[in-house]
Amino acid sequence: MEVWHSRRKESLDIIVCVKHVPETAEAEIKIDATGKAIEKTGLVFDINEWDDYALEEAVRIKEKSGGTVTAITVGPEDTDSTLRKCLARGADKAMRLTDPKFQGSDSYAIAKILQSTIKGLSFDLILTGALAGDDGYTMVGPILAELLGIQHATMVKKIEFDDGVAKVNRELEGGLEEKTEVKMPAVLSIQTGINEPRYVSIMGIRKAMKKEIKVLGLADIGLSESEVGETGSWIKVEKIFVPPAEKQAEFIKGSPEEVTTKIAEILKSRGLI
Amino acid sequence: MTEIFVLAEHRQGQIRDITFEMLTKGKELAEKTNTDLTAVLLGKDVKEHAKTISEYAKKVFLVEDAKLENFNSEAYQKVLSNLTKEHKPLLTMIGHTSFGVDLAPSLAAALKLPLATDCIDLAFEGETLVITRQMYGGKVNVKAKVRKSESYIVTVRQAAFAAQKPNISGETMEVSSPLTEETTEKRFIEYVSPPPGGVDITAAEVLVGIGRGIKDESNMPMVEELAKALGGVLACSRPIVDKGWLSTDRQVGSSGKTVKPKLYIALGISGAFQHVLGMKNSDLIIAVNKDSNAPIFSFADYGVVDDLFKIAPALKDKIQELKG
Repeated sequence: MEVWHSRRKESLDIIVCVKHVPETAEAEIKIDATGKAIEKTGLVFDINEWDDYALEEAVRIKEKSGGTVTAITVGPEDTDSTLRKCLARGADKAMRLTDPKFQGSDSYAIAKILQSTIKGLSFDLILTGALAGDDGYTMVGPILAELLGIQHATMVKKIEFDDGVAKVNRELEGGLEEKTEVKMPAVLSIQTGINEPRYVSIMGIRKAMKKEIKVLGLADIGLSESEVGETGSWIKVEKIFVPPAEKQAEFIKGSPEEVTTKIAEILKSRGLI
Repeated sequence: MTEIFVLAEHRQGQIRDITFEMLTKGKELAEKTNTDLTAVLLGKDVKEHAKTISEYAKKVFLVEDAKLENFNSEAYQKVLSNLTKEHKPLLTMIGHTSFGVDLAPSLAAALKLPLATDCIDLAFEGETLVITRQMYGGKVNVKAKVRKSESYIVTVRQAAFAAQKPNISGETMEVSSPLTEETTEKRFIEYVSPPPGGVDITAAEVLVGIGRGIKDESNMPMVEELAKALGGVLACSRPIVDKGWLSTDRQVGSSGKTVKPKLYIALGISGAFQHVLGMKNSDLIIAVNKDSNAPIFSFADYGVVDDLFKIAPALKDKIQELKG
């Protein structure tokens, strides 16, 4: 019993919540005909950048201490590619929660969908990204924790374990961090830069193609229709629009030679060269 | 008459700017909704802070407890839950800061009150709260309605509202702390300062700021040479530090340094709010980005819509040529 207990304490079963999002950092964005969303065609979808670091952290913990990593997402079938990536990177299991009724869910509704699934699973730790690169709500992790009745820490840049607690460094403003101790099981929302996500080999992706992705719908997770989708959400988007500019840069046009000549003139006139 | 709560944020003896920004916006909203503005201050030995804040709000609820000395979402949540249940504020404003994002979501879920995060504008249309926030790294704004409720919670983006000192002398009311036992599940240990770096970017007169557009570490020498030719140093946005190409002390933005050089050249930086907050007051900003709609062009004085891999080396050559 002693032996089992100590081994059990060292190995951790980790759930990682991931989101499949369009990569928009360097893409040009267009507002679609509804005026409530962006044009998705032509955009490349991938795992949310913050979730990528969360997954990598989970896999590193598993490699060091043993245990399992389960990746969970909410979304339609095309989000499987993000789950396959998680499996290729070291997740043992993958689950996708999907239902036409989930359409229109905000972060609150998503947290409820995740909670209703996760409460039936065995886990020591849940990792999420601190935020999603698309909507940036920054709330799924701590809401999920509250609904599960466990503690949380957000903006996590470092994790250490010590006798039933996670000691984390949280990123504050201006380069400062705080060290905080959280009782486990807990939800930790991961900030980018906590690690260096690994490269996925073609072989890894091929192997992951054969693994099963468990798919569950509204009826399977035991939520009512009114708890999900737009009716189960806090936020209802009315319209999206291009931000009004505080000022507009004066554009310098021409060949690199012409452009740099103009810049050099500006710098010279200001005594910068 | 109900009220609008503003949660004061302070750290290491300093009231943080977001507090005054929210108090300014909160005052405007209180006037429009015919409610009172109440600041909520939690801490230990913070009566001086209460005095300062009382010049911005009609009332200050002061809760002092040794367990509130440093921010702790578990302890803060217990105190705020009690105050919210008792006073039923129309709105509670919390900073969209590292403290705020650790507190507001679980507080809202526990109280079953709707929460809107990272708001850059707020208004009431009748009894419905309408908020403006950004998506896709600041490339679009969103106007959204918050589910109708008697009480709302929001987190407010830093620097979204300018702080203005009104002519108020508010009343401080001490509220006894409801924290009875030591918080057991979450405990603040200590602040950890970043290791001192070799370069102080806040002292540099010329900064070449690089972002995601740099693409590969092998392109670093090229931008380093440009910085050198300009007599400046390299700075960067978050992704460059995350990748380990530059150290943390080079990061400009809300989680890094705030800089105000004579010249800031932004290369391949889209201009997400977090970065812009740290450099928008530079004397002269020149931005190079392939995306003509990149938000950085709303903050730059001059913009070049082109490939930085063409512009940066050409600029380096041009400057070296002029310098002889």
